[in-house]
Amino acid sequence: MKAIYKIAFLVCVSAVATSCFDKSRPNYQYFPNMYEAVPYETYSESSAFRNGKEGQLPAEGSIPRGFSPYEYENTEEGYELAKANLKSPLDSTEVDMGKGAELYTIYCAICHGDKGDGKGNLAKREKFLGIPNYKERDITEGSVFHVETYGKNNMGSHANQLTQKERWQVAHYVMKLRSEL
Amino acid sequence: MKKVGNHTSFSRILIFCLALSLSFSLASYAQDTAAAGTEAETAASAGAGDPVKGKELFNSLCASCHKLDGKSTGPALRGVADKHDREWLYKWVHNSSELIKSGDPVAVKLFADNNNVTMTAFPQLSNQDIDNIMAYTSAPAPAPDVNTPGGKVVVQESGASNNLILGALVLVLIVLVVMLVLVNRTLRRVAAANGVEVAKQDSTISLWQAYARNQFLVLVTTILLILTGGYFLYGYLMQVGVDQGYEPIQPIHFSHKIHAGENGIDCKYCHSSARVSKTSGIPSLNVCMNCHKNISEFTGSKDSTYVEYSKEFYNGEIQKLYDAVGWDKSTQQYTGKTKPVKWVRIHNLPDFVYFNHSQHVSVAGVECQKCHGPVETFEVMKQHAPLTMGWCINCHRETNVKVEGNDYYKKIHDELAKKYGVQKLTAANMGGTECGKCHY
Repeated sequence: MKAIYKIAFLVCVSAVATSCFDKSRPNYQYFPNMYEAVPYETYSESSAFRNGKEGQLPAEGSIPRGFSPYEYENTEEGYELAKANLKSPLDSTEVDMGKGAELYTIYCAICHGDKGDGKGNLAKREKFLGIPNYKERDITEGSVFHVETYGKNNMGSHANQLTQKERWQVAHYVMKLRSEL
Repeated sequence: MKKVGNHTSFSRILIFCLALSLSFSLASYAQDTAAAGTEAETAASAGAGDPVKGKELFNSLCASCHKLDGKSTGPALRGVADKHDREWLYKWVHNSSELIKSGDPVAVKLFADNNNVTMTAFPQLSNQDIDNIMAYTSAPAPAPDVNTPGGKVVVQESGASNNLILGALVLVLIVLVVMLVLVNRTLRRVAAANGVEVAKQDSTISLWQAYARNQFLVLVTTILLILTGGYFLYGYLMQVGVDQGYEPIQPIHFSHKIHAGENGIDCKYCHSSARVSKTSGIPSLNVCMNCHKNISEFTGSKDSTYVEYSKEFYNGEIQKLYDAVGWDKSTQQYTGKTKPVKWVRIHNLPDFVYFNHSQHVSVAGVECQKCHGPVETFEVMKQHAPLTMGWCINCHRETNVKVEGNDYYKKIHDELAKKYGVQKLTAANMGGTECGKCHY
């Protein structure tokens, strides 16, 4: 009879060991000190900083490499000035419609539609209303860049998803779409 | 003569009770199907305008800044026709800044109340168009949604009746067991009364003892047990450190199913740094606010079968976002009081392996779903792939590298293809299985 108990015990142990995976917790690790990084990892917690986070704001006044200051303000006047005066710094060899189309599809088409007619998926599903057709609005590449940078009305700023150069690529693509509408 | 059981026996009473309780549970279940309330009729056309045409105009021109109920960039427009003189409204819509400049006190106050944001002028709208829009905005607000609270009650009720059914089943089971015992006892009594002998188990050696005496069988079983034990032990040890299926509870319930699936937002809209950097990036809350500044309520869709939680639940999660980012819904302004969201990291490679998102997403053009699974169907995000080395290497061996149109490296690609004797180069042919590529 003892053997029966032993067998039952073995079966139970193996069942417990294989079936109990708690999906809300990470699994055990061999030698965790080889898994966990000594330096700070992206988004990690760190006691080295006062707010306990690795992700810190850049020092005040610092600008990213390759950044050129944008002088138009986020106001109605700034918008009008940008519309009238701002011109793309990209020359014809740098304008890459393929790249612009790719970025437009990711960041703009969801509302503005693949053709720029204001009939993106979110507009069709009535999550966003009143998205204009590019043709109906008086826009220039400068005003498109300005709105991408600061946002306008219900549209938010996309400056942290797209670099300045990428925003210009998209602005060129938007003007191309507008001319085709 | 046959012996008949007692008419008022215990088992009969039990059966009667069971039948009674079951009939009640069925009756209470049937009530759930009562029809939901009818929808309130839309208001008859008010005044001169046509609300249907007005709705079209409103949705295409006004709705980017105005909502019917609740403040957006501009004020709520329901009932605006009663607040202002019609002639004044024509002037305002045609060119509001002129009206403000003329020193009209109402216009100046309105401008100041709305953070000095100038409304786009609409000189193209005729007075009739504006009347149509006013007719649309004058329609009374729809009665509070009858279906939603009702739906919630139904859910709770069906939960209660589920419990009821389960309870009834348990009761049935108990009754059956009791009946079995009773029947057995009665049968034995009948047998004893009629003088029938119930066959007893013969007392030869049991199967177990026979087995234990056969040494060969014991040996074979032991070997089998050791082998299966070893198999399971190996399986158990091999999954240590593998987090496939890891599905932690996040501080804000974010449904990829709604955002990426139903609404079809590109992965890279939010995870924009996957294109250009090592990490895919957890979107900062301003990216959420790009849309949720406008979308403050979960509205579901016409076929809201994909919704797994109630409307209130989703609205509560949007409110959590507002609290974290410090957005005041009523004034449409940031309060400046923010608190960071502590997302739980799911995909985490060990420190001793290097992985770069941009290399895979931008250079190789690998779909996000290839490694992360059908995320657009996940209500709760989880780790889809094992993220083991064998899994990485397997993909490197199978994935062909796009060399077309890359003339700069054409010579080296041709030579590599010749060296390995293949038509199409895989990532492994390009050195994708070298140790130092990922471990250094």
